[in-house]
Amino acid sequence: MIKTNKKIAKNIILSLENVSISYGTFEAVRNVFCNFKKGDITSLIGPSGCGKSTVLRSLNRMNDLIPNCSLKGTVLFDGTNIYDKRVDPVEVRRRIGMVFQQPNPFPKSIYENIAFGARINGFTGDMDELVESSLRKAALWDECKDKLNDSGYSLSGGQQQRLCIARTIAIEPEIILMDEPCSALDPISTLKIEETMHDLKKNYTIIIVTHNMQQALRVSDMTAFFNAIEYEDGDGGKVGYLAEFNSTKKIFNSPKEKITQEYISGKFG
Amino acid sequence: MNSLYYQKRLSRNIGDKFFTSLSVICALIAILPLIFLVTYILYKGGSQITPELFTLEPNPPGDDLDAGGINPALVGTLIITTIASIIAIPVGVGGGIYLAEYSRGGAFSRFIKFGVNVLAGVPSIIAGVFIYALIVSTKILFGSMYSGLAGGMALSILMLPSVIKTTDEGLKLVPNELRYASLGVGASMYTTILKVTLPSAFRSIATGVVLGIARAAGETAPLIFTALFSYYYITGFGDLFYEMGSLAVLIYNFALEPYDAQNKLAWAASFILVLSILSVNIFSRILAAFTEKTKRV
Amino acid sequence: MEEKLTLFKNRKRFGIEKNIDIIFKNTALVLSSFVAIILLGIILVVFFQSFESFSRYGLKFLVTSEWNPVKDEYGAFTAIYGTLVTSFLSLLITIPLGVGTAIFITEDFVPKVFREIIGSFVELLAAIPSVVLGLWAIFVMEPFFRAFFVFLHNFFGWIPLFSTEPSGRNSLLAILILVVMLLPIVTSIARDSLNQVPKKLRNAAYGIGASRWKTIFSVILPAALSGIMAGVLLALGRAMGETMAVTMIIGNSNAFSWSLLSPGYTISSMLANQFGEADGSQVSSLFYAAFVLMILSLLVNIFAQWLVKKFSLKY
Repeated sequence: MIKTNKKIAKNIILSLENVSISYGTFEAVRNVFCNFKKGDITSLIGPSGCGKSTVLRSLNRMNDLIPNCSLKGTVLFDGTNIYDKRVDPVEVRRRIGMVFQQPNPFPKSIYENIAFGARINGFTGDMDELVESSLRKAALWDECKDKLNDSGYSLSGGQQQRLCIARTIAIEPEIILMDEPCSALDPISTLKIEETMHDLKKNYTIIIVTHNMQQALRVSDMTAFFNAIEYEDGDGGKVGYLAEFNSTKKIFNSPKEKITQEYISGKFG
Repeated sequence: MNSLYYQKRLSRNIGDKFFTSLSVICALIAILPLIFLVTYILYKGGSQITPELFTLEPNPPGDDLDAGGINPALVGTLIITTIASIIAIPVGVGGGIYLAEYSRGGAFSRFIKFGVNVLAGVPSIIAGVFIYALIVSTKILFGSMYSGLAGGMALSILMLPSVIKTTDEGLKLVPNELRYASLGVGASMYTTILKVTLPSAFRSIATGVVLGIARAAGETAPLIFTALFSYYYITGFGDLFYEMGSLAVLIYNFALEPYDAQNKLAWAASFILVLSILSVNIFSRILAAFTEKTKRV
Repeated sequence: MEEKLTLFKNRKRFGIEKNIDIIFKNTALVLSSFVAIILLGIILVVFFQSFESFSRYGLKFLVTSEWNPVKDEYGAFTAIYGTLVTSFLSLLITIPLGVGTAIFITEDFVPKVFREIIGSFVELLAAIPSVVLGLWAIFVMEPFFRAFFVFLHNFFGWIPLFSTEPSGRNSLLAILILVVMLLPIVTSIARDSLNQVPKKLRNAAYGIGASRWKTIFSVILPAALSGIMAGVLLALGRAMGETMAVTMIIGNSNAFSWSLLSPGYTISSMLANQFGEADGSQVSSLFYAAFVLMILSLLVNIFAQWLVKKFSLKY
């Protein structure tokens, strides 16, 4: 028993144990257990209001920025509960990077956008090389190698998002979190970002929130389906929970839960 | 592998602690004297308040036993700010209507907006100097020199930019749909403005204007050589053309007197001035917060 | 209404209503141009009144500090120096304090309720009349700082700024009361500019592991800089033109001294102090000084407006 646990633990990079997240008195997600495997792309899907983005933001303590947000349970990363009082959230975010829903480059040059993060993480190597390799990995190099000194805002929306991915790669995180990275983008840019994710898979663990089931099917190895149910006390409020977590293939082809079946076949959400 | 644990010795954590404490200290240095200032004014001035204060004339400095009251200054402040409002509100609201409703962002309106901002930045004493040159020294108002009327004019110059700005901004907050609705049934522009747009922006404009009046009531620099000062009761309409006292100038004059009785009068006048200005401000804030809440629901 | 009575026979508006519309529009137009007329009027009147003094002393007026109504010799250097030195030094103290306070109330060091209370309290203070601040400065601030000024003189007397025995009313007190006046302006404008920085920029910095103050210094402050700068310039304009509190505490002396501990003068305090009883060419010289003050504050204001226009809407 213990042995198998250890064996699994070897491949598990991040695990949620009985995690509940609340905003003030309002509980957003309840009792989530979930293990993320190293090197996998995991999708979090589910109807709006099911708390999938809340869960994602809790994985590198971005929720700290939201007033009144509190978390119960443990989030284990590298053998440490990142919600332990002794943990430095800045340190966590350096090893678990994040790409946001809206592209958010800094109002600096393309070059500086990448160099900034690397520099604050204490990067001492060849900055030009790092910028180039990060942009290459994010499949943006060819499009912007001649205008590295232009503002990050001179790029198109899709390019800006890939710049944000490059910026995150440049700090060499172990995990990259992506919060609906394509929801603000056109189909062609979306396709490019998905290709980028495939390339990144070799070196990074990726956890992505998406509202697009086709995207989940295309990019991910594992899929977690979140759903929302009404409170038992029935005052109309809803709380999110993890309904099913399995390999993407199984989730989409032979889901165990009826509710998953209904969701992926488009009956609600 | 470096640990995830918080490390005190890390330069970034030391820096963060340092700057956080620095900003706390800044806030304390900024806030504490200000709290002290307000409580001191209210305490020191409040303890001088007597019923006679509101009814008597001030005695000329020199008699250290009894300074009298501030009735003429109180009435004078009311009159001068009223004159200023009578001039500044129609002009300002009219100008604001033009900027918000008629102008289409052309060169003229941009120039006027620029002018409004510049006029708002003109030192208040310059307004006094201007009215002195234009009205006081020329004796153009039926031969009178220093007068309450001149003081009111000087104050109106200071009020004007804020009235225009609040009107302009208040009207711009009115949704265009409302205008289209009125114009769409064939109402003319002036009917639309008077019957639809102005009424729905009334509260925000009124708040801004009242705040502007409150600020003007405390202005001193434009009055010291336009309205000057007077120790005597204001008894009739004709007094508008003579020197007129005001709370602000009374504070200025009596603060610099070496006599304790006059100093106390200055504190009492400060109390009345600060209390009324602060209550107008707080009341309008509460009103604004309340309006916002009801709108959201 | 009348249209209804005609049963829509004539949908054209009556001439009279059309005329009212035109009159209304033109009245509004005329009223709005009053601003320009007054502004132009102020500039022209002050300029022409100062003409006599200007033609007599020319630009020498700006660099000599003799002010002698008996000999009819006028130079405004003391007042100009006082205006510049009090406004710039007070700003120098106010900027870090105000921006520091603004950061304190925009970050989440304390719960939001407290921050909002502090914020609105600071704004309320901007409403306190300056003459009341002057009164407070005379009777509370001056005694409070007396010992400190003696200390300053004893230990830093070798610096020209502190080289004289502290007098009861002096430039340093004027600077301190200006700080009290400017703090609300700088703090509230800095707070507004910081709040306007899009949240996604903060997320971006935190998301790649920047610490709080790294984020503030490298991302948030640069993005808010133009707004803060404009606020600082507005405060500078206010400081240069501020009259009452300064007049009451600065000592009003035309004898020039580098030291902040001796009595000084500013242009506006000179105007407040002398205008009422001046005559002859002294009046013209005072108008000349007023003209200088006006030009200074106009330049600062126009620069502030230009800055706002140039750098706003960048994100």
